[in-house]
Amino acid sequence: MISNEELSRIASQVRRDIVRMVHAVNSGHPGGSLGCTDFFVSLYFKHMQVNPDNWQMDGVNEDLFFLSNGHISPVFYSTLAHRGFFPVAELATFRKLNTRLQGHPTTHDNLPGIRVASGSLGQGLSVAAGAAQAKKLNGDKRLVFTLHGDGELQEGQIWEAAMYCAHHKIDNLIATVDVNGQQIDGPTEVVMSLGNLRAKFEAFGWVVNECDGNDMNSLNACIETAKGQTGNGKPVLILMKTAMGKGVDFMEGTHKWHGVAPNDEQLASALAQLEETLGDY
Amino acid sequence: MLEFELSPANDTRSGFGAGLHELGKTNPKVTALCADLIGSLKMDAFKKDFPERFFQVGIAEANMMGVAAGMTIGGYIPFTGTFANFSTGRVYDQIRQSIAYSGKNVKICASHAGLTLGEDGATHQILEDIGMMSMLPHMTVINPCDYNQTKAATIAIADHHGPVYLRFGRPKVTNFTPVDQTFEIGKAWHIHEGNDVTIIATGHLVWEAVEAARELEAEGISVDLINIHTIKPLDEEAIIRSATKTGKVITCEEHMITGGLGSMVAQVVAKHAPSVMEFIGVNDSFGESGTPDQLMEKYGLKAVNIVAAAKRLMED
Repeated sequence: MISNEELSRIASQVRRDIVRMVHAVNSGHPGGSLGCTDFFVSLYFKHMQVNPDNWQMDGVNEDLFFLSNGHISPVFYSTLAHRGFFPVAELATFRKLNTRLQGHPTTHDNLPGIRVASGSLGQGLSVAAGAAQAKKLNGDKRLVFTLHGDGELQEGQIWEAAMYCAHHKIDNLIATVDVNGQQIDGPTEVVMSLGNLRAKFEAFGWVVNECDGNDMNSLNACIETAKGQTGNGKPVLILMKTAMGKGVDFMEGTHKWHGVAPNDEQLASALAQLEETLGDY
Repeated sequence: MLEFELSPANDTRSGFGAGLHELGKTNPKVTALCADLIGSLKMDAFKKDFPERFFQVGIAEANMMGVAAGMTIGGYIPFTGTFANFSTGRVYDQIRQSIAYSGKNVKICASHAGLTLGEDGATHQILEDIGMMSMLPHMTVINPCDYNQTKAATIAIADHHGPVYLRFGRPKVTNFTPVDQTFEIGKAWHIHEGNDVTIIATGHLVWEAVEAARELEAEGISVDLINIHTIKPLDEEAIIRSATKTGKVITCEEHMITGGLGSMVAQVVAKHAPSVMEFIGVNDSFGESGTPDQLMEKYGLKAVNIVAAAKRLMED
């Protein structure tokens, strides 16, 4: 069983990768990526049963993950690479011409680990619901995980899917919302208030959990609890509080680093705060 | 020629329902999703006999497209069912990202397309769907002409790996294609050999084109009549061969004349066999309430309009 200390060491390297990838092409989304790094590492290195050595789109008898807020692709790509889905060196091609690591994730270039394109928001929960139902039809007991931004919940399709999951008793699915309270134009409460998310999802028929997404103890305990809640006729949700830009002091807690790349000086400052644990690509 | 062994008149959506039910029996990977229109889409038989593979989505078409995309992961072949308007315009981005760009094996099955939806009026009478779906890379677009062809097409698309848009309609129409036909995606049906003018028709307009061809032949104008049921990929060879022979081409569709069959045939003809052309279709207009027959007449989609177009080309 991997320790929290080991998970945190992987997370430190993933955060270095994120700022370096975004800096290299002067574009991309570091804020949400840094905030969700602990979640990705926890999910892929501790909780999910995956098969990176024999990548199959259908993923029968393995856990599946769908990133609905596709713009945080840097954290997704770095995590997949370190988990063995494709060479870590390929991170250097992020957002460059002819890359498999497109600005937003896609199946189009056959990058192992990606099962649907995302970027246009609000679609991932529906896709995950369908994949979870396919698992049930196949008698496959593994789970389906998703991640969504809190701002993304402003898309109506999310609530269509939330209703569908409860109605069809899709209880082999754990959806997580990154509650960082930020979106492009400012704080979510200023741009478009989300209200009481726990009450909303409970009213839709979901089992709701909450955790600190930047604390490995809290995160791991919550995911374990959520896994224990599956198979009981209801879809399961995690409201995961994070700080956008977590790990880099000048990026933390503000929407300003949603989709902005650091300059050379800022990169140096960021890297000085993040230990190189597994070697830079 | 131009004589057919007729089956009882029926609606093309019933051809879809029969084909889907057949697939339920023969292909355990086929699933069906419906957005609160089971009766209209004739999905009752599939639902009754294969309830574990039928999914009611409610009035939430965007979610239906996403769920269908996800269900392919694990090996299933989902067929979605709702009206053509809600199958395309309402959910274009969901189809674009989660299905087409993601290369998912989803069959988007769309009824009540075009003016023949009738009295419900323009909100439901989509005339842009063929154009929208054809522009999506790797999307296959099929618009069968009668019950038998729709049933055969429904069965055939399950064996084609990749996203498909299958468009059909509401009213009972003449059922003249063979009962036991094999449907070949992308292969035109050459209905009648002729030398003077080419008529290329799809969907409900094929029977109108048959009637027009009979009248023209009776008047001594020789018609090369082609049914294009697969608008994408287009059978370019069949079009080029005919246009090279006649130099006069008419396209007929229950759709806008821009973006649909006419535009796509014109691209092929302009490049490979420059010909004079006429376009039978709706010209930059929404539809309205009325009976299907009244609407087809008002918007110029009847055999008489095809005959007139042929005569204009012959006078050139």
